Amino acid sequence: MPQVMDADRMSRALTRIAHEILERNRGLDEIALVGIRTRGVPIAKRLARSLKEINGDDVPTGALDITLYRDDLMRLPVGPQPVVRRTEIPFSIDDRKILLVDDVLYTGRTIRAALDALIDFGRPRAIQLVVMVDRGHRELPIRADFVGKNLPTSARQSVQVRLQEIDGADEVVIEGEP
Amino acid sequence: MTAIPGDRLIADITGTAPATLRSRHLLGIDGLDAGEIQLILDTAEAMKEIGTRSVKKVPTLRGRTVVNLFFEPSTRTRTSFEVAEKRLSADTLSIATAMSSVTKGESLLDTVRNIEAMAPDMIVIRHASSGAPHLLARMCRSTIVNAGDGMHEHPTQALLDAFTIRAHKKRLAGLKIAIVGDLLHSRVLRSNLLLLKTMGAEVWTCGPATLIPAGLERLGPRITTSIDEAVEGADVVMMLRIQQERMHGHFFPSVREYFSLFGLTSERLRRAAGDVIVMHPGPMNRGVEIDSEVADGASSVILEQVSNGVAIRMAVLYLLAGRDTAGNEG
Repeated sequence: MPQVMDADRMSRALTRIAHEILERNRGLDEIALVGIRTRGVPIAKRLARSLKEINGDDVPTGALDITLYRDDLMRLPVGPQPVVRRTEIPFSIDDRKILLVDDVLYTGRTIRAALDALIDFGRPRAIQLVVMVDRGHRELPIRADFVGKNLPTSARQSVQVRLQEIDGADEVVIEGEP
Repeated sequence: MTAIPGDRLIADITGTAPATLRSRHLLGIDGLDAGEIQLILDTAEAMKEIGTRSVKKVPTLRGRTVVNLFFEPSTRTRTSFEVAEKRLSADTLSIATAMSSVTKGESLLDTVRNIEAMAPDMIVIRHASSGAPHLLARMCRSTIVNAGDGMHEHPTQALLDAFTIRAHKKRLAGLKIAIVGDLLHSRVLRSNLLLLKTMGAEVWTCGPATLIPAGLERLGPRITTSIDEAVEGADVVMMLRIQQERMHGHFFPSVREYFSLFGLTSERLRRAAGDVIVMHPGPMNRGVEIDSEVADGASSVILEQVSNGVAIRMAVLYLLAGRDTAGNEG
């Protein structure tokens, strides 16, 4: 399976995104990061570290589980149900700019669910989307504000973002025939 | 790096628990294995967080109809199920038999078939006859959840008890758990014994000889008539209610004598472990099985049990709803 990003490129992409976030938002006063479980969470934590290194400020960071908001939850014909995990947003999102973080942007349905979930927590001033990989094939009108890498794929392929914290190594791989 | 609390727990979840229940009904703890119990407890951890939000609602069971059919009086359990259903966005209605056609002589099966004709997805049932939910599970299309059947089982109570114990002790295996009171009439006891045995806890049961059912030892607990022996070094003391409404005979001479021999007082509790927690499934008879000083004391987690009940019932409803869609076998 071809590797499309290695640890070094992923790290540089995140540093670039951190700079772009600062540029776009002019400071970090009202910013908070919310990672979508599972792999959005470590990416959000890494972004928080990068932002702190550049700017010196701590950015509140949370974790969002979108399982209970999925649109396919009760439609799956067979197979085990997704495990529900804790959502942990230990700060008020009211009037903050929320940077929603995920590993791969594909159909947009996960992000739709995440937007619904976030809005149950309050009324953020704005929500911006950060993804490590945008692989196209959107089924909903959703786009990312900050992208690590745009990756043209076919619908038959699968894109895996692997992270040190979960998988033991950093890389992005693409599997299957184009 | 800010550690997000709960991450370790998540590793535990993905590591060991299966992602689904085998049965599409919850009729009892009997039939659940350790992995399934752990799955329910872990799912409840996630559900508990929803109760801390300002908007305490998720859209998961939108469009599902749940009927709460209570043939016995209940405040806590029925309210708890209703709150759990509403937090998951299910459409819910509760039928209490005092206001239903049951008082006109309709049989259980007829009542339920009529309700089924309105196509609910799940029926939560409490009934004075042991086995009533099992009968419905055989005869009906809906998913059946047992909310207490006679003197048989009360599975969601045992699950919320285990959840509460685990929250304080971080484990169930190896704990000494004393269960004291009316052992004969208690479905809470039976479900707890099954669950705690499956999860590897050491259970001591204690009550007057007249309230110890024959064959209790087959469910695995140590049995004693001395509360001091049961409470000695216990990590958890669980008091059971004296069920006057089920007592058709004289099981002990007087309430005062019962309290003096089996009531949990602060002096007796001193024999337990330093970090003992005191539990009661409710409703409490203060001054009968438990002294007010203990019920309201620092070791008491009785109201926590009630809050945890909602999270456990949300977890059960969520897991069964998914199970229902996943196929109709079993």
